[in-house]
Amino acid sequence: MPELTLRDLSVQGHRGPRLAPLDIPAEGVERLLPRERVRTEGPALPEISEPQVVRHFVNLSVLNHHIDRAIYPLGSCTMKYNPKLNDEVAQLQGLAAAHPLQPEELSQGAMAVIWELHGWLRAIMGMPAITTHPAAGAQCELTAILMARAYHGERGNPREEVIVPDSAHGTNPSTVNQVGYRVVTVPSGADGCVDIAALRRAVSEKTAALMLTNPNTLGIFERDVGEIARIAHGVGALLYLDGANLNAMVGLASPGAMEFDFAHINLHKTFSTPHGGGGPGGGVLCVREALEPFLPAPVLERAGDLYRWNHDRPRSVGRVHSYYGNFGILVRALCYLKSLGASGLAEVSREAILNANYLKARLRDAYEPSHPGYCMHEFVLSASRQKSRGVRALDLGKRLLDFGMHAPTTYFPLIVEEALMIEPTETETKASLDAFADALLAIDRETVEDPALVRNAPTRTPVRRLDEARAARNPAVTWRDLEAG
Amino acid sequence: MNVPKELRYTKEHEWVRVRGQEAEVGITDYAQGELGDVIFVELPAVGTRVSHMKPLGTIDAVKTVSDLFAPVSGEIVAVNTELKENPALVNQSPYERGWMVRIKMAALAETESLLSADGYEKVLGAIA
Amino acid sequence: MSFVGRSDAERRAMLECIGAKSIEELWGAIPADLMVRGALPVDPPLAEYEIARRFAEWGERNADANRYACFLGAGIYDHFIPAALRSLTARSEFATAYTPYQPEVSQGTLQAIFEYQSMICELTGMEVANASLYDGATACVEAAHLAAGATGRRIVLVSGGVHPHFREVLRTYASAGSFRVQEIPAERGATSAAAARKLLTPEVAALLWSQPSFEGIVEDGAALTDAAQGAGALSVAAADPVALALLKPPGHEGADIVVGEGQSMGVPMGYGGPLVGFFATRKSQIRRLPGRLAGATVDLDARRGYVLTLQTREQHIRRERATSNICTNQGLMALANAIHLALLGAGGMREVATQCLEKAHYLARRVSALPGVTLPHGDAPFFREFVIRLPGAASDFVRAAQAKRILAGVPLARFDRSRPRDLLVAVTEKRTREEMDGYVETLAEWSRGRAGSPLEEAACRS
Repeated sequence: MPELTLRDLSVQGHRGPRLAPLDIPAEGVERLLPRERVRTEGPALPEISEPQVVRHFVNLSVLNHHIDRAIYPLGSCTMKYNPKLNDEVAQLQGLAAAHPLQPEELSQGAMAVIWELHGWLRAIMGMPAITTHPAAGAQCELTAILMARAYHGERGNPREEVIVPDSAHGTNPSTVNQVGYRVVTVPSGADGCVDIAALRRAVSEKTAALMLTNPNTLGIFERDVGEIARIAHGVGALLYLDGANLNAMVGLASPGAMEFDFAHINLHKTFSTPHGGGGPGGGVLCVREALEPFLPAPVLERAGDLYRWNHDRPRSVGRVHSYYGNFGILVRALCYLKSLGASGLAEVSREAILNANYLKARLRDAYEPSHPGYCMHEFVLSASRQKSRGVRALDLGKRLLDFGMHAPTTYFPLIVEEALMIEPTETETKASLDAFADALLAIDRETVEDPALVRNAPTRTPVRRLDEARAARNPAVTWRDLEAG
Repeated sequence: MNVPKELRYTKEHEWVRVRGQEAEVGITDYAQGELGDVIFVELPAVGTRVSHMKPLGTIDAVKTVSDLFAPVSGEIVAVNTELKENPALVNQSPYERGWMVRIKMAALAETESLLSADGYEKVLGAIA
Repeated sequence: MSFVGRSDAERRAMLECIGAKSIEELWGAIPADLMVRGALPVDPPLAEYEIARRFAEWGERNADANRYACFLGAGIYDHFIPAALRSLTARSEFATAYTPYQPEVSQGTLQAIFEYQSMICELTGMEVANASLYDGATACVEAAHLAAGATGRRIVLVSGGVHPHFREVLRTYASAGSFRVQEIPAERGATSAAAARKLLTPEVAALLWSQPSFEGIVEDGAALTDAAQGAGALSVAAADPVALALLKPPGHEGADIVVGEGQSMGVPMGYGGPLVGFFATRKSQIRRLPGRLAGATVDLDARRGYVLTLQTREQHIRRERATSNICTNQGLMALANAIHLALLGAGGMREVATQCLEKAHYLARRVSALPGVTLPHGDAPFFREFVIRLPGAASDFVRAAQAKRILAGVPLARFDRSRPRDLLVAVTEKRTREEMDGYVETLAEWSRGRAGSPLEEAACRS
């Protein structure tokens, strides 16, 4: 039985929470606003009492898979446990009910939170300058490439191209295009790393920047990162670290030592703020000293015991967010860091890498790894063997849902056939990893014994496979569309 | 795999039906099978000039996008407007009702570089 | 404390299965000179109660809308948020789920997005809304991109009535070159359709205006939309969703795109984030829509279900040719918007809007009766926010009001140095008569003796 919509539940005359009655003499809308500016129709919002609204959303919520229920091994998404204290402190009234434009002298607590977070993140990254204005990773990329344009522009030529490896996330080429640069794709070599010879051929005086994900989306550490930096810097290009896979490096390796000019962090991945069904995230961009003047405005500064926002930043690329970024996410990330401390930070990547290698070892006989050897925090399997039995990566993922587990990322990176990209994170126990491996091994046996069972999966989920072609050919995107049939 | 003998092909999985000066173009049965359900086909306006093996449009499936390349140079003289309402024709009838554009050819000699049905089948054989 | 459950015995068994002699062997690919040496230079771990105490101290060093009477607006408002909303959005099932890429186990998130999209369309009078953007400012940027793509033109004409921060963000993104920003100075806090018409050349892709304007004025949306479309440009409104419960929605006046900031629908002010941008347009532009979109369909048993649809527009598939680079959005805030609109409903939203309107006019009337205090925009219609001109520096009054636990407004000198005496004041349904009367009293006391003082005037101008 599908869930009714709010529109279905609406009964004329029902009301939710009420306001206090107006405590001043009413003038009336008609006296305060010109008639032609007042809405004559609708909005047709639902009329539902509070208990029914609560039931509706609770009933919807239980249809979701989520990290508090079971493993969520999406590659490059870092679905780790989100500690509850983070959410609790973010609700504190002094933080949640503060207005962004209240006087700075009455905002010192909020500014101190941001200042302290900056300190932790600069230490972890080994980089000197930072902004937390971007709302998410893609906006960090955009901010950085705009900064690269400004940096090169000051030197007389903004340049024309940005180099992106073929294994990169889609946000990289998309961002480059949005900032008006041409995307130059470099291939990966047989070892899964950037093909250094091809990179040498691709760089030139036209190259504004090179965007690198390290470890890359195959879960392999780009061991030639030093050489890559020399090649980029040799032509005056800037080197960008896409931090999507930072969970493999926290407390273990230092992006600053790798000569990155820019490095971004997704707080909603590495630093455990909840994903919220798609967001909000939190974007952090760390940069080298020479790029500091270009950081988005305003910049947080400290003078003695007082914090202030410095808006007077003539070389800045400008403002990228309505206020100061996703502050509530910054609060959660700092809370997480304080829980971990130096000793906990050192465990994050070590245990994440151990978990990924353990899963890979348990699965390597049944599924073809994209590359042999040890992986970092994630790895990619190819379902090419299963495909020859008539079962695709998509089907394997769907069958996992029947086991109460989430599917890995499928069909990414694009350079691996029938890719299954698996990132368990450090917060899964051995028992949880064993259950996941057992499920995938059982499914592999099913591809031999009963492939139709896998192709028809899932059958134990709230709905079965959905007709995505129908959704796209005749988009029904509102209640009104549903009613129009 | 259906590969009609009377058509010519490209390595990018377009087919070409040559009728005098005109080349009718679509994508092959193999291509539509790889793409899956086609949901949208973006084609140029009549009168647009296209060049040999340059993209002339895009084909959106549910989770992938593919370029449509011009097998020959020339001018677009007709587009299949039926695909706007019914893109599934590309899946259901790739060689007939799923045709995409007709190009008035600038250089007939270009058709000689196209593959025969046998040649295209060899391309498919190499993929499998 | 690293939230890792692992015994030494388990670690040994895992390494044995892997075939590694030590855990260090696993990251042997990392060159030694790139490794972190020793522990990071950060503090040791703290216990939960130590951390909670620390954050509580930080919280106490801020003003907040529970300890102060908040008359601040300028894009972020202190509206009522029902307790049921907080309880629902805190549920693990919503908060700790990822983007709904596996629809069979994400129907909760997907249907909630679908209902959110439906209600945004109801408020704005549009046909399709996406699943959210970062904030109101970047929603304006995405509208500029859509308009440039749809019209093949490059100039985005932006009214001075649009939030100054939105205009700043537009200029930041415009530095990449895909569109160019040109501004129309505001006249008495609003957009002049006549001035817009003069600047609406054949190179203009869009006219961006705000409903209500940054300084609270209710714009003549029909006139602005007609002017834009008459010149072949798109009409783009940045609208306040609470105002749209009462005002004619830009969609009903023919606008092509309606964007805005959704904070006023159930999202805490939170020192300015996380916020949530909404983006609504016509079905004819659906293939140019930025970001995620939920659509209804059926499953193999013909039961209704929801999926993310038209995904080929997005960066993970179309890569450099995507309509936008956005990936992570503000999903949980969009959920808060949906729950808020469901709880308040048609009647509740209209009452919130009406109370804002009534209370803002009550306070405006009372303060403008004080000697030396004027309303510089005269009798122009306004919604929940208005500008007052004081007989002295607005920042001075703000400081004086702080002592009475009143956050008196946003001095406009912050955005325009030539306006030291102007203060932007917002009044939501939460402000009581007592708080407003206290405001009037405080202002009366502060301005006593300042009214008409030539010395003060001169000091302000300098």
